[in-house]
This record gives sequence, C-alpha cells and structure tokens, in this order.
Amino acid sequence: MSLVTTTSQTVGPFFKIGFEWLNCDNLVGEGVSGERITIQGRIFDGDGIPVPDAILEIWQANAHGKYDHPEDTQNKPVEPGFKGYGRVPVTAAGMFRFTTIKPGPVPGPNGNEQAPHLVISVFMRGLLKRLVTRMYFPGDARNASDPILNLVEPARRSTLIAKRTAGAPGTLEWNILLQGPDETVFFDLGL
Amino acid sequence: MKKVAAYRAPYPGTQPNHLHSPYVSSIKRAPTKPLVQIPYTLSEVTGPLFSSKIVAPKASDLTRQHSGEPLGERIIVSGRVLDENSRPLANTVVEIWQANAAGRYRHDVDQHDAPLDPNFTGCGQAVTDAEGHYRFVTIRPGEYPWRNHYNAWRAAHIHFSLFGPAFATRLVTQMYFPGDPLIPFDPIFNCTADEKARNRLISAFDWETTMPEHALGYRFDLILRGREATPMED
Repeated sequence: MSLVTTTSQTVGPFFKIGFEWLNCDNLVGEGVSGERITIQGRIFDGDGIPVPDAILEIWQANAHGKYDHPEDTQNKPVEPGFKGYGRVPVTAAGMFRFTTIKPGPVPGPNGNEQAPHLVISVFMRGLLKRLVTRMYFPGDARNASDPILNLVEPARRSTLIAKRTAGAPGTLEWNILLQGPDETVFFDLGL
Repeated sequence: MKKVAAYRAPYPGTQPNHLHSPYVSSIKRAPTKPLVQIPYTLSEVTGPLFSSKIVAPKASDLTRQHSGEPLGERIIVSGRVLDENSRPLANTVVEIWQANAAGRYRHDVDQHDAPLDPNFTGCGQAVTDAEGHYRFVTIRPGEYPWRNHYNAWRAAHIHFSLFGPAFATRLVTQMYFPGDPLIPFDPIFNCTADEKARNRLISAFDWETTMPEHALGYRFDLILRGREATPMED
C-alpha cells in the first residue's frame, strides 16, 4: 500500500514554545576536532526588512566528513561530542548566530566529492513549507568543483557562500535573502 | 559506498506552494525565483537522530506540567507515524505546540486578549514506539482571531513537528478537529490544492482511545516521505 506524505503547514508565529527545548546554537562539544567558526547573519524579506520570527535548522558532517547517521558507511570516525545538529532562532532584531566546526568533504551524487557545506532548513511564519538551502565556505578551492554548486547558475552561486568578517577571524557572515535580485538559492528536494 | 536512493517526489497538489496569496504573510517571504533541483546526496539522506531518552515520559502529558490542571476540555491525541511505503517509523521525535482553551498562546507576540492559563504551557514531546505510535494528553485548543484579513479566525489546531530518519523527511504541519466550522475559511488549512490531502489534516474522533469519564480521543496519523527502491551496491 502506498500512502501520501502529510501536507506541510506553516510553523506560524509561535513556534518558539514548541521548538525551544531542542535549540542548539553551539554544535561543538568537548574534544571535537576541527576549525571552530561562528556563523552569523540575518534573513531579509521582500521589503529588505530583517525577519524577526524565523528559525534555522542545521545538519552537517564532522571535520572528517562523516555524518553521525547509520546511512553514512564511510570508513571515517564519528566523534561523540559532535552530532551535527543545530536549531537556531533569529533574535527580535532579526540576527542569527551559531558556533560549529568546518565539516570535511562528503561524497557527492556520482562518487565525486562535495565541498564542505552545511545543509539548512529555514522555517518561519509565512512559509507554508520549509526552505532548503546550503552554506559553503569562502576561499575553499573545492567549491569550484562542487557538484551541487555547479547546478546553480554562476551569478547566483555567491548567495550560498559565506563571507569572511573583517577584523574577526573565525567569524563568517551569511545572509539569507528571501526575494529580490540577490535572492538566496533554495533547493528543490521534491518537498 | 552505497549509491544514495532518492526520496519520492510528492503527488501533484498534495503539498502547498511557497506562495499562497490568501495567506498574506507568504507574499513577502516566499521565494520568487524557481527552486534549483538537485540530486539526493549523503547530506540529505542522513539527518539528526535523537535518543528516546531526550524526551521525558511526562513531556507527552500537557495537562501535568504545572501544580494545577489546565482549564478546558481534556483530550487524547494519538496516532501512528508511517512512511509512504506504510512502514512504521519507530523512535522518531514528535513535537507539538498549541494555544490554550481560550485560544491564547504562551508567547510574547500573542496579543489576543484572551486569558493565559497559569497551568498550561502548550508544548509537548513524544517519541514513537516500535510500531510508530505516539500519544499526547492535552486540552482542546481554542480558535482565535488573527490579522490576515477582516474578521479572520484560525480554526482550532495543534502544531506538529517531526524529524523522521533523514534531513529529507522533516515535516511541520498542523492537526485540525472534525466539524470545526472555521476550517473552510482558514487560508492556512486551504493552502494545499488537493482536497483529500487537505482533509487528512483533520483528525478523527476515536472511541477506541477515548477514556471513559476522563477524555475524548482524537486520532491523527502522520505520513513522512518514502524512498525509491534502494539501488544495488556499486
């Protein structure tokens, strides 16, 4: 028998009471290897106004490029202090900020390698279903051959790559634009 | 390394589009450029898995989180979590949140002048058992006005959030109540084109889970995305 996936509905304006117990803006536990980074940014609506009621969910591999999940059968170590899950609400001023490590590369769709990246779900009032995007790292030579980035028209790829922050090493800035000429690239996973 | 099996695309009309202009908040927040289609990779078929221990057993009873009992009609909401291939999804986290019996959320942004209930927070968590069953005890949430359009009211609903086995299976939805006269007028309920898909958001009154002299039972099953046949080992 084949069933039909339940239809998605918006998280609405009050998701904080349901989501807060599992918030996580520091993905890095004790003894975790990798370069620690802080990623911060804002989410802008079609009028260029920062969205004050959104929440990001992050999923990523560890510094070895290993996901803490049974379907990742690569011969690479998981690390007990690193799950790879984050849930980060924006503040009333529309800012999000979280600390993690730069993941290692993971396999791509054809056995090729993907550049280090985070996969991200964006939820907010007004979104009837989540948005799915990715964040890549600035100055990483592997971005040029990443099989997913290469499916994006070249002029829009920069929306998926965080920027270094002047005077703050270890801090990256990445904004999400929901609409407009510089609209962030969102992916179709058949949701 | 196994090749990655994709998750099936939804049947046409069974999921909302990002833009649904009767829901006014979607107008400035829905993307305007086409989404970029990508193949499934290890990044999307993996996802956070949580130990059942992160959810306290009492977290599924929203009527026992304070010293007194919340006001309103006590109800039992239960059901199963399955994938599209009818396989039960065991050990998956189910999160809910809702308004109190008067239609007010315990949230700074909720300005509706209905009373808060000191004995009701309005959030709970459960983990599905080996057959995919979950169960919550809560109170029936009230309907409430909102500012989407003149005289706009939300039908009574409970928000549901599930992870499932992968990043790809994440689902957030809302459960409605049978016979609610506001349902046909609720632009959020109506955002999904397919009528049958929409109507599956309405729970069913259920004698089997109704507890005599205690609480009415409502049944709400949730279906997460299923996979294409797993490809053979390379």
